[in-house]
Amino acid sequence: MLRFAFTRALSLALSLAVASLVIFAVVEVVPGDPASYMLGLNATPEAVEALRDQLGLNGSLIERYAGWIGGMLTGDFGTSYTYKVPVADLVARRLWVSLPLALYALALSTLIAFPVGLIAAARRGGATDYGIMGATQLGIAVPNFWFAMLLVLVFAVNLRWFSAGGFPGWAAGVGPAVKALTLPAIALALPQASILARVMRSALIETLGQDYIRTARAKGLSRRQATTRHALRNALIPVLTIIGLQFSFLLAGAIIIENVFYLPGLGRLIFQAITQRDLIVVESLVMLLVFAVILVTFLVDIAYAAADPRLRRGP
Amino acid sequence: MLKGGVQLWLGATLTLVFLAAALLSFVWVPHDVEALSIADKLRPASATYLLGTDHFGRDILSMLMVGARTSIAVALVAVGIGMALGVPLGLLAAANRGSLTDEVVMRGNDLIFAFPSLVIAILITAVFGPSALNAILAIGIFNIPVFARVTRGGALSLWTLDWILAARVAGKGRVRISAEHILPNILNLLIVQGTIQFSLGILAEAALSYVGLGAQPPTPSWGRMLADAQTMIYTNPALAILPGLAIVIMVLGLNLMGDGLRDFFDPRVRRARG
Repeated sequence: MLRFAFTRALSLALSLAVASLVIFAVVEVVPGDPASYMLGLNATPEAVEALRDQLGLNGSLIERYAGWIGGMLTGDFGTSYTYKVPVADLVARRLWVSLPLALYALALSTLIAFPVGLIAAARRGGATDYGIMGATQLGIAVPNFWFAMLLVLVFAVNLRWFSAGGFPGWAAGVGPAVKALTLPAIALALPQASILARVMRSALIETLGQDYIRTARAKGLSRRQATTRHALRNALIPVLTIIGLQFSFLLAGAIIIENVFYLPGLGRLIFQAITQRDLIVVESLVMLLVFAVILVTFLVDIAYAAADPRLRRGP
Repeated sequence: MLKGGVQLWLGATLTLVFLAAALLSFVWVPHDVEALSIADKLRPASATYLLGTDHFGRDILSMLMVGARTSIAVALVAVGIGMALGVPLGLLAAANRGSLTDEVVMRGNDLIFAFPSLVIAILITAVFGPSALNAILAIGIFNIPVFARVTRGGALSLWTLDWILAARVAGKGRVRISAEHILPNILNLLIVQGTIQFSLGILAEAALSYVGLGAQPPTPSWGRMLADAQTMIYTNPALAILPGLAIVIMVLGLNLMGDGLRDFFDPRVRRARG
């Protein structure tokens, strides 16, 4: 187990190193000088020189990379050019919107997918199963940002149950904040719930065909008992894998959805930074998101290996 | 029942309708999509404008047709990039199973898979500027490991078969066997995967152009139309609904076709799925 964790940690470190190199290189090949790119056409040479200095652009390539990575490791993500505040502060504030949103969506997706997948598997081949499979097929095809717009149209414009966007902040109380995140979370959760329900269904159907289920039935358990006591647990392994993977989609999806609802999260921050050519913010934010996703994948791998010794052998 | 079932035929029909509309838009559209006529703005559906007009007086149906062209072009070229690079890499890895080459290719795959594709696409378009071409590149890069993996998996199972062994005994090299015997026999896998990546590409293009990082105006694209419609959602909901429906139907068609093709090539799956 320790050996497994060690090799996974090694590949985690390697992934992060390569990721940081790629991101650094991409930003590095920006046509022209990043400082003049950020300042625009009307900048004075003095201003450009001052910014170059502030950005640490006057060092060698290796010095700059080391400076960036070293800073990130110590929590110094640089200073935003447009906001004039440390990027770390900006990120910390925005994270309180994006992270709860992604987790909210993950919870919704799981809560919807489990019973739906279970029912479809139990009614396999029946009308209910076909109905559910058709609905999930549709759910996968719907772009989440468009579904978000439809939700706004129905629940904010017509029914007026929710506001169409914006975020009151957690200081205003948990209730209003959660309410503001509800429509975005539903929009994010729908495609993921559809995928998850399909995975849940096929995993259950496969498990229910195993010999040990037949044994359980033979010793007198009802279909329901066999499902809940034996099949469900074993079917959960592929389902959990998908849930782990979905976190990365949800975090990235949140970037798009935040734009629909004007939520002040990381996604809005990235796009504002892009339009204002604030490359420091873009570079650090992308690295941070990649780090989060790679870390979650790593944790999921470790969690499985702890739960199921068969998975400890290498791929 | 027809081989491949209802899914395949429904999916193929939907896909063909969009392909036909996109191709038709090269030679004919009901109204010019670049001609703005403010006098005709926000018209409801009528005999002249079958689906109405947008805030610049452009015909929605014509915009959707040209938008289909944009979506299909971006997704198709992105699939092409993925296949052109991924398939040879997968064949190479399978032909040299367990070698350093295989290891490098597979670990490289894992690495790209570990990245959140949308975030990297945003980075690429942010740095190189938003354009349809950069959207294609951003989506295409993430198709490479998908095709490499599918190709390697399919090829590995073929390499163990007797008739491949016979080809080796006959003196054929690994490259020749890969090209002449392996590739034609994994084509069905590649077609199925291609269909799935095509539909994912359509969704990715829509998302990128929705946030302004895809095709730039005046080129109509479905995602862009949705972004424009968002501010008018209170007054003109139809503008926000139609492009989304186009995306959903196109993606649904492709997904159904992909599932249907899989059953068509491998009827055992259908029976096992029941």
